[in-house]
Amino acid sequence: MRYLPLTDADRREMLGVIGAKSVDDLFRDVPERARRAGLVDLPKRQGELEVERALTKMAAKNVSAGSVPFFVGAGAYRHHVPSTVDHLIQRSEFLTSYTPYQPEITQGTLQYLFEFQTQVAMLTGMDVANASMYDGSTACGEAVLMAHRVTKRKKAVLSGTLHPQYRAVVENISEVGGYAVDALPPAIPGATEDIISRIGDDTSCVVVQGPSFFGELVDLRAIADAAHAKGALLIAVVTEVVSLGLVTPPGEMGADIVVGEGQSIGNGLNFGGPYVGLFATKSKYVRQMPGRLCGETVDAVGERGFVLTLSTREQHIRREKATSNICTNSGLCCLAFTIHLSLLGEDGLKRLARINHANAVKLADALSAVKGVEVLDDSFFNEFTIRLPKSAAGTVDELADKGVIGGLPVSRLIPGNASVENLLIVASTEINTDEDRASYAKALKEVL
Amino acid sequence: MSGMNKQGRSTTPGEVSAASIQTYTGNRGLRLEEPLIFELDNPGACGVDLDEPAAFASRLGAMERKGRIGLPGVSEPDVMRHFVRLSRKNYSIDAGLYPLGSCTMKHNPRLNEKMARLAGFGDVHPLQPQKTVQGALELMDTLAHWLKELTGMPAVAMSPKAGAHGELCGMMAIRAALAARGEAATRTRILVPESAHGTNPATAALLNYKVDEIPATAEGRVDLAAFKAKLGPDVAAIMLTNPNTCGLFERDIIDIADAVHAAGAYFYCDGANFNAIVGRVRPGDLGIDAMHINLHKTFSTPHGGGGPGAGPVVLSAALAPFAPLPYVVHGAGGFAMVETEGEAKADGTQPFGRMVAFHGQMGMFVRAMAYMMSHGSDGLRQVAEDAVLNANYVLASLKDDLSAPFEGPCMHEALFDDRFLKGTGVETLDFAKAMIDEGYHPMTMYFPLVVHGALLIEPTETESKRTLDQFIGTLKHLAKAAKGNDKSLFTGAPHFAPRHRLDETLAARTPVLRWQKETPKQAAE
Repeated sequence: MRYLPLTDADRREMLGVIGAKSVDDLFRDVPERARRAGLVDLPKRQGELEVERALTKMAAKNVSAGSVPFFVGAGAYRHHVPSTVDHLIQRSEFLTSYTPYQPEITQGTLQYLFEFQTQVAMLTGMDVANASMYDGSTACGEAVLMAHRVTKRKKAVLSGTLHPQYRAVVENISEVGGYAVDALPPAIPGATEDIISRIGDDTSCVVVQGPSFFGELVDLRAIADAAHAKGALLIAVVTEVVSLGLVTPPGEMGADIVVGEGQSIGNGLNFGGPYVGLFATKSKYVRQMPGRLCGETVDAVGERGFVLTLSTREQHIRREKATSNICTNSGLCCLAFTIHLSLLGEDGLKRLARINHANAVKLADALSAVKGVEVLDDSFFNEFTIRLPKSAAGTVDELADKGVIGGLPVSRLIPGNASVENLLIVASTEINTDEDRASYAKALKEVL
Repeated sequence: MSGMNKQGRSTTPGEVSAASIQTYTGNRGLRLEEPLIFELDNPGACGVDLDEPAAFASRLGAMERKGRIGLPGVSEPDVMRHFVRLSRKNYSIDAGLYPLGSCTMKHNPRLNEKMARLAGFGDVHPLQPQKTVQGALELMDTLAHWLKELTGMPAVAMSPKAGAHGELCGMMAIRAALAARGEAATRTRILVPESAHGTNPATAALLNYKVDEIPATAEGRVDLAAFKAKLGPDVAAIMLTNPNTCGLFERDIIDIADAVHAAGAYFYCDGANFNAIVGRVRPGDLGIDAMHINLHKTFSTPHGGGGPGAGPVVLSAALAPFAPLPYVVHGAGGFAMVETEGEAKADGTQPFGRMVAFHGQMGMFVRAMAYMMSHGSDGLRQVAEDAVLNANYVLASLKDDLSAPFEGPCMHEALFDDRFLKGTGVETLDFAKAMIDEGYHPMTMYFPLVVHGALLIEPTETESKRTLDQFIGTLKHLAKAAKGNDKSLFTGAPHFAPRHRLDETLAARTPVLRWQKETPKQAAE
């Protein structure tokens, strides 16, 4: 087998040094009845060519986003990732390195984590950020738990702007931890959500997503003031991080914790993972944060260097008293994020964001010109919700048959709710051309 | 002696001075210093070419961002150089042995990277219509089949994002099963061996369980009598790592499983060390109810400097109905993804909830699948055998030079303690740092906690005998130097790394967690 360097001669010689008759001897601590003599019932080894052939065939059964006019967002966005990013993250020194537990020989990883933390803090308008979580949804769950620790209260209020699967993640972690969740109904654009009246003296945090699951921009300022007046924290959720190039960051609107999905910068769609969770907060809460933190220090001769720090919050030191059980996070996805954002820079990110917004506006104009289609969002970034004259799920299916991937029918994530049956969430990023949008409008007209 | 080439350039080396030379740049030849990306800011420079959109009516309302974000402007060549230079400050498995115990740093085949980047896998949205992602669902289903076959378990939850997330998932399934029996409120205690990974007690605490430690025997295994004495009607589960963190197989594991089940509790196994037994021992044959599998360990998806990982959890028949959303089923028209409670109810299952948005680490699934298909049933069994052989070879070769706390054979990793350093003035940490100067990444230090000054070596199956012999020779050399009171190799080591030892106390006392333009040295609090 090509990945295994030992030859039979090596194995015999090594068994001799060990003083064992056979490899079976080394497994003698395994209870007799659990030792398997034969092979498990799976195919045998294959060469690189055969594996590549089989998996390529499987991959070809999928419609890749780049092969069609494509308009799905809802928490994962297709953006152009510069070639430099994928080249760099595949360098051996990044790809095949472990968590930087030996800082003298992992300064490369540590320095990019420090740069990542700085970028995330800048984008969100917060003081500090950690070195990533698994993804936006788990970061959201961790933020709620952190708010409970900070406020010593046990109830979270979730806005209907929150992605339904993020809500499910928060509800799940809260249920097992013995915490309460007050979740508002879906915040369909056009109606005003009264979240402020839900904040009480027992509320630990209010969780609001902006742009909302439905694409609408959300002004957090009044909610922040109301939360703070009751001693609660405001957790802001951002699932499309490119929006922060153009939209007021949550940190400027009074958020105490900002969590987000960083996939949009540097990372592909990957059918849902791996992605990169962003987690930022105020300095005063840093010791309550989950996850790894990278900090600046000096070495024995006074040169600047970086280390993982404040690890007394973490499971490998604090065990059951840790702030989280997270260990492995999203190192390489952070790197992709950091490289892409370095390439974009201030001007590039802002321009990319403007292009996204311009494309979404064009799409909104094109779709609202189709008879029976109504754009619901007053304000949006690169994604918005439309109301169709018939079922959105059926429409998306028909569009797919015409070679257009037209968006997310809300009913897929919020089933059994008649008010969302005809709602479709559509996104348009820089990848879409005028031709794509025209194809979409034409196909939609045909199926309605 | 004194050679010249045809251009008149000397071809013999000059005189070498041992004294440290200060360079103008601070670089030392290929050891290059590199500022932070923010310090490379060249306003006006940009690493992408994007055209400003034509004028249009904004739909941002009053929400437009004002002012600068603070990001630097850097051209593409300078970004490339910055990250290449950073990369060269890192050790990696591609460059050398990375013997971190409990981490399974094995070769990461590039075929796996190529497969994960196929457009049909890498460029597919998690929420596009299911009929357009049949190949992706087929891949998840095929990987699930392999994991179930290899573990002898009837079900697997694919969505957890890493090992610790898998632990959380498995324990949530256990809690849901107890709730279905009406015992969630009464079973509040989790038994965890003192040698466990820190994630185990941290996970139990997230579910509000009380953690009760089980002591180890002098042989490095769970104390069966002490364990049985702790069992009771308030115990929800045991969380046990097998092979354990001392690198030993828990000989009494079937008795432990029987006792756990007789007491009405469940058996969670931390599968971090599955590499030692894959293809030879099936956890399902040991009485385990739930076990996470670190695809980034046993199945070689790259560690990437600390992730992303993936932690699917195999489940016993008792726990299978409670597996979280989403999961893949074979429907009438092909594969389908069950994503909501309503769909699950129609399917006859009772998911405890959802661990994560979307469906899990697809990119890691593809890599693991390519790895497993390459090995096949025969190759995977050989993986376990060679991993165990390599570790025992290291243990046997070094047991007289270092000090081994437990009798062999070990499984996939060899544990040493610091008795061999007693009286030398050299600590485990110094010994590890001296290994850096010899060109190695150190082994895991000071873990597990059950032995003093632990040195845990996991070579993995992808190291050749030649590599191991040089490694063994190095450790013998260092052990001899330490015992010979030659502290020069250890004091202040590493000498030849990009940095000397770093001041971690300073970092924690005055945390500087981001770069800032005006006051770069301002502490975070």
